[in-house]
Amino acid sequence: MPTFDLRTASLRALNGALHALRPDTNETRWTVVNPDGRHAIAVGLDAPIQVEIEGNVGYYCAGMNKQASVVIDGHAGVGVAENMLSGFVHVRGDASQSAGATAHGGMLLIDGNAGARCGISMKGVDILVKGSIGHMSAFMAQAGTLTVLGDAGEALGDSLYEARLYVRGTVASLGADCIEKEMRDEHREQLFAKLKAAGLAGEVDPREFRRYGSARALYHFHVDNAGAY
Amino acid sequence: MAETPKAPRTTPRYSATFSPEVMSEIRRAAATGIYDIRGAGAKRKLPHFDDLLFLGASISRYPLEGYRERCGTEVVLGDRFASKPIRLRTPVTIAGMSFGSLSANAKEALGRGATLAGTSTTTGDGGMTAEERGHSQTLVYQYLPSRYGMNPDDLRRADAIEVVIGQGAKPGGGGMLLGQKITERVAGMRCLPPGVDQRSACRHPDWTGPDDLAIKIEELREITDWEKPIYVKVGASRPYYDTALAAKSGADVVVLDGMQGGTAATQDVFIEHVGIPTLAAIRPAVQALQDLGLHRKVRLVVSGGIRSGADVAKTLALGADAVAIGTAALVALGDNDPRWEADYEALGTTAGAYDDWHEGRDPAGITTQDPELARRLDPELAGRRLANFLAVMTLEAQTIARACGKSHLHNLEPEDLVALTIEAAAMAQVPLAGTGWIPGKTPL
Repeated sequence: MPTFDLRTASLRALNGALHALRPDTNETRWTVVNPDGRHAIAVGLDAPIQVEIEGNVGYYCAGMNKQASVVIDGHAGVGVAENMLSGFVHVRGDASQSAGATAHGGMLLIDGNAGARCGISMKGVDILVKGSIGHMSAFMAQAGTLTVLGDAGEALGDSLYEARLYVRGTVASLGADCIEKEMRDEHREQLFAKLKAAGLAGEVDPREFRRYGSARALYHFHVDNAGAY
Repeated sequence: MAETPKAPRTTPRYSATFSPEVMSEIRRAAATGIYDIRGAGAKRKLPHFDDLLFLGASISRYPLEGYRERCGTEVVLGDRFASKPIRLRTPVTIAGMSFGSLSANAKEALGRGATLAGTSTTTGDGGMTAEERGHSQTLVYQYLPSRYGMNPDDLRRADAIEVVIGQGAKPGGGGMLLGQKITERVAGMRCLPPGVDQRSACRHPDWTGPDDLAIKIEELREITDWEKPIYVKVGASRPYYDTALAAKSGADVVVLDGMQGGTAATQDVFIEHVGIPTLAAIRPAVQALQDLGLHRKVRLVVSGGIRSGADVAKTLALGADAVAIGTAALVALGDNDPRWEADYEALGTTAGAYDDWHEGRDPAGITTQDPELARRLDPELAGRRLANFLAVMTLEAQTIARACGKSHLHNLEPEDLVALTIEAAAMAQVPLAGTGWIPGKTPL
């Protein structure tokens, strides 16, 4: 099980080694120690490996991830798992702003809270935050799900497209074109599947959540809606 | 009986302030209640490269023989940090234009033409298509706020990455692709429902400011193992500071787009009233690089209203390393060609003035997703036309450079230029023709 100490090894050496792995590699479990808030740790991975990072990370950890499972045993800086395509990224602490930004697929699980703009412009990822999320989360979110066990900050889902937002707690305010929608069986089933994927099946009741989505009133620009922007 | 002479009538006179164009826009706005959206760049008359002239060689300088002595045109972009910089045969590159705003055939034609000419072409908002990659020997992949279609595989397939902060037609503005151009394929690449107006954000979703940009560039370099040149594209507004900050953030190349640079669609008021002319932007950008000791290390690519080899030579003489063309490339493909005049008239316009690129009804089959219209453009023939045009631009620039005694286009310098107007002299920081006066630099 290779271990990288980022106090003695360079970030380039770490990412270079992870990029060089063959699809059938036997080196599937990696540990990174002393990350010390370094940026761009474990970015651009494209192999079915597990990377455990013991400590806090800076910006863009696990950015553009494919296939890999990345666990951050600490807090994450801006843009954790940004533009992820697939795989699993787990933050055991809190995440800063723009967590999961523009991500197309995979799952981002945050045990703590997430800052502003969580899931901004998300394009298919499933994000689950056990704590609360900050303002302007899911701004222009296009697809995927954002599940929040805690509360959501102001302007949730502003200019939302087709992403589905499930919030158990309170929502400070909804953004333009974001409305509360009926929680039907299909949504409870979807939510249950996401909770199950996060290891929360049986622990959290999907019936406690409210669903938010796009009113689709701003899908075509019309002057009568100019005041909504 | 003698007739009483009629008092002479004055010739009808249009107001310069309330011109026919201004009044028609007032009537249009009054009728619709919404601003005008269009494609292309600023159409107003601006100080431009036409206001500059070269001083050919004479007694004090030797010219080079036009048909015998070499005048180099090659350019390397990305050799500051990238392990695989790109090498082009001509400094005339193709600017970023999206599949979505342009048809797949048009994108293919741009790739074919650029490849034949030995230069690069650039993706746009909406991601990289297989046709474009397949027909482009050197392809720059734009990294935009929307991140439509963004993925690490295409990032690695690209030859360079261009982080787009803004563009000359709308510095500070995002993008817009109206629903009529959002076909199933375009929608699929952008993860949006077909037919929905597609908005592109004006800011990146996961960074703001130069300190963050430096971290973002580091991430992109790490993902691509420090192989790819990283460009940063800005719309010309504060070129000194933007260039300095892009260089400080670790860019290999700064792309500076003046207000004549085109767009697929934005508000006319934005295009005509935000940003500064290309001519005014170059010297401050070059000065920023010189002040940092990075001129000719961080490469400068300038775009916005470049139409000829003369424009190329003037841009390089002012300190740029290369240029990018967008509108001129589309015209070379066949945009606004009078052969489609009847169709243009049916749209209420005329060849040469058509700019409703956002509506998707382009008679030339370029700014459309309509399969019938798109078929009008043969990508192979159009690519050949573009290659011809690029060759002419390069030859023209060489002709001027040799006349100035330069063995490489990059040897052109501001001292080779004079200006025809005080405004151009001040902006380009070259003397008014026939004088030694550079407004703001030397005493009158």
